[in-house]
Amino acid sequence: MALSREQIAQRVAQELKDGYYVNLGIGIPPLVANFIPDDIEVMLQSENGLLGMGQFPTEDEIDADLINAGKQTVTMAAGASIFDSAESFAMIRGGHVDLTVLGAFEVDVNGNIASYMIPGKLIKGMGGAMDLVAGADNIIVTMTHASKHGVSKLLSNCTLPLTGKGCIKKVLTDLAFIEIRDGKFHLLERAPGVSVEEIIKLTDGELVVSGEIAEMKL
Amino acid sequence: MAGFDKVVASYAEAMAGLTDNMTVIAGGFGLCGIPENLISEIERKGTKGLTLVSNNCGVDDFGLGVLLPNRQIKKIIASYVGENAEFERQMMAGELEVELTPQGTLAEKMRAGGAGIPAFFTATGVGTPVADGKEVRSFNGRDYILEEAIVGDFAIIKAWKADRYGNLVFRKTARNFNPLAATAGKITVVEVEEIVEVGELDPDQIHTPGIYVNRVIQGSFEKRIEQRTTRPADPLIAKGA
Repeated sequence: MALSREQIAQRVAQELKDGYYVNLGIGIPPLVANFIPDDIEVMLQSENGLLGMGQFPTEDEIDADLINAGKQTVTMAAGASIFDSAESFAMIRGGHVDLTVLGAFEVDVNGNIASYMIPGKLIKGMGGAMDLVAGADNIIVTMTHASKHGVSKLLSNCTLPLTGKGCIKKVLTDLAFIEIRDGKFHLLERAPGVSVEEIIKLTDGELVVSGEIAEMKL
Repeated sequence: MAGFDKVVASYAEAMAGLTDNMTVIAGGFGLCGIPENLISEIERKGTKGLTLVSNNCGVDDFGLGVLLPNRQIKKIIASYVGENAEFERQMMAGELEVELTPQGTLAEKMRAGGAGIPAFFTATGVGTPVADGKEVRSFNGRDYILEEAIVGDFAIIKAWKADRYGNLVFRKTARNFNPLAATAGKITVVEVEEIVEVGELDPDQIHTPGIYVNRVIQGSFEKRIEQRTTRPADPLIAKGA
């Protein structure tokens, strides 16, 4: 069975470590916040200028001056700080964020990522995504492995305009956890009940499968 | 003698001198911390051919989006321009020039513009369409592209409090691009929720020193929320436990 969005987030959350500063993008990534293990402390960075993002507010707590990068109303966690956009991106571009999780349309074997534009169709802009992929060392891309029509999103070469070049090393899809190394995809784990053959069939770029591939533990 | 008193009495006075084809830098992220009344004043004046520099372009009927129906914007430099149907129509029809700029690069362009730094190198955008036509240089084995600073004829800012000298304090994430935009305007106009007397703001807590600010006006704000997300109230608290 392919993972649900929540299960993808749940598996990503296993990569969190105590004391991590983490930036979660839009789409599946914010769900990761729901699965932070109780025994570690993680601080969420929101690139509009908040470190220490808390949960959504109650009706009574709503404050128009307090939103996240998805423009959603939020609260501040204890120990939060507020800063301007240049300071926020100094954190990101300066490599101070420990883990970045973001979505994508396509990823390829050279670690290229396309996530911000479909020419002629979707031209909304990159927001902070280009800064995040260029500035972070530790990035996990979350996406579905293939389109609804079975077209792979893990390619030999991205076809859409790039968000970043050679910057992605880990991809977690609804079918597999994959590492990108030496110009190839490497299969690390498969979703429970999903066969290696299925993953190979839906992976367009070269996929290395070595030894037994374990199922993810959720 | 006005001295350092920056306070003006009307929005017409606040935006006096803005003429066609100028560059205007606006603070705000989404609809949070936007100078909503200064934008309305630009709409009222009908100034045209503007180049706008702002992270976003508002929504159809609020924020910078209100400058679209009368075609007041010639070009926009922004990082994310979704959420706006008329914007998309004008962009697709080629009526509106759009320069998509990564958010961190946009912030740094303003910061550099305000600090007298004409350009800077960044890794953001290397190997992407953003790098087209830009100088690439390698430092310590990594490629960077040269990005130029931005200075505006006007900068329009929303702050929480100002004193009469134009010292500013922002509130929560309504700060965002505002302090950077404030430094990068030849004329920087700030609207605030409250103007206090000189000396009332703690010098240690001022986010933007008045040296960057030319005009201050007190306004009232709608503060529209783009994505109203909530969690249920804690049942224990709701019961008064």
